[in-house]
Amino acid sequence: MAKPKLALYWAASCGGCEIAVLDIHEKILDVAAAFDIVFWPVALDFKYDDVRAMEDKSIDLCLFNGAIRNSENEEIAQMLRRKSKTLVAFGSCAFEGGIPGLANLTTKDEILNFVYKESPSTVSNNGGTFPQVHTTTADGCLEIPELWNTVKALDQVVDVEYYIPGCPPQPEQIAAVIGLIMSGGPLPPAGSVVGAGEKTCCDECARARKEKRIKQFHRPWEIFADPKECLLDQGIVCMGPATRSGCGALCTAANVPCRGCYGPPPNVEDQGAKMVSALASVIDAHEPEEIDRILDQIADPLGTFYRFSLAHSILRRVEKP
Amino acid sequence: MAFEPKIIGFLCNWCSYTGADLAGVSRIKSAPNVRVIRTMCSGRVDPSFILKAFKLGADGVIVMGCHLGDCHYQEGNYKTIRRIPFLKRLVEGFGIDPRRLRLEWVSASEGDRFAKVVNEMTEEIRALGPLKLSVHQESEHMAVHAEGY
Repeated sequence: MAKPKLALYWAASCGGCEIAVLDIHEKILDVAAAFDIVFWPVALDFKYDDVRAMEDKSIDLCLFNGAIRNSENEEIAQMLRRKSKTLVAFGSCAFEGGIPGLANLTTKDEILNFVYKESPSTVSNNGGTFPQVHTTTADGCLEIPELWNTVKALDQVVDVEYYIPGCPPQPEQIAAVIGLIMSGGPLPPAGSVVGAGEKTCCDECARARKEKRIKQFHRPWEIFADPKECLLDQGIVCMGPATRSGCGALCTAANVPCRGCYGPPPNVEDQGAKMVSALASVIDAHEPEEIDRILDQIADPLGTFYRFSLAHSILRRVEKP
Repeated sequence: MAFEPKIIGFLCNWCSYTGADLAGVSRIKSAPNVRVIRTMCSGRVDPSFILKAFKLGADGVIVMGCHLGDCHYQEGNYKTIRRIPFLKRLVEGFGIDPRRLRLEWVSASEGDRFAKVVNEMTEEIRALGPLKLSVHQESEHMAVHAEGY
């Protein structure tokens, strides 16, 4: 019997998800034995035309990482959707926009202006060169993908069967999901988040929690945090209460507050709104002036609460006049 | 057609909703621009409800609860008094004028006050004009923007 076909793709991503796949160590050999890998740009020399030539629905499983940020990302997302039976949004960027989604705090014009004109390291762009989609040369017209104003998650451009959160997804979670698929066992309903828990990050965190009463927030470098006590109890903004479990609370074990990469917990649509709700409940103040003083101590709430989920949040992007 | 602000009002069951009812039975005239949603407590209003209201076409959102100390659940409105100013900061970060989100205390006996804050808010939003968000163009639930709603 022919082996099932597997494809992996990276759109707007850093490559960390690809490393995470390899981090399943020797189990990658089981994957290679069980699947025919038909497309994996980072590791194998297949071309887009090879995929184009495949029959529709001929790829059994496609793990798609990275956000949709330009015309090439969307074109390949739509092509892989046509060719794949099961399309998985793999990692925070494909799931909810991820770090590239923070571009939705600004605009395409502002980004290009900064990079090509205003950045202190831009010293020799006197001719005012900006990237062009089409460039005419002596040998013909060259085309590069067009950058978009708004970054999107994968399911904002095509239908997606499953989501595997994480920046990157943890190797043991990846191995478990691939193992489940290889075993032929019953799969969860389409639309499910797989390779993650059903509670919040706090549920996996080993730190001791008490009733929270916060009068003062600190940046992590401002205090010596107690290594055994809840970071939020100590006034360090930790995304644990508004983040899905599944990572094993690795960051807080290393004295770093949760950054929220596993996305919102089950039944929560907007991670930032949930974080506002969680923090507002534990701030120990009743007077408006005192509340304002404490809120002033939270640096960059938008970038902190939506670090990975801005593109997939309710409002999706910042409005610029 | 002249701009008529669409305002979503989240009113607590015990004070503000009763206050709105009193305004009605007392025949106090007030702007008809607030669409009221009754919640058990102003503390029940999850910030995501408010963001969603903006996404679905509200030009403003007003949350009304019992005066401090009068909460039916002892301290639900103390959560609100921290949550709404916090959310105003977030909303401003998204590029939405924070005046589009308002918190007011209205007791069950303050029908006149209900009418006053509704009129004030309506005029403020009228002056600010319609809220335009890029998410409106992509949203699949734009029924509230339909003509004549």
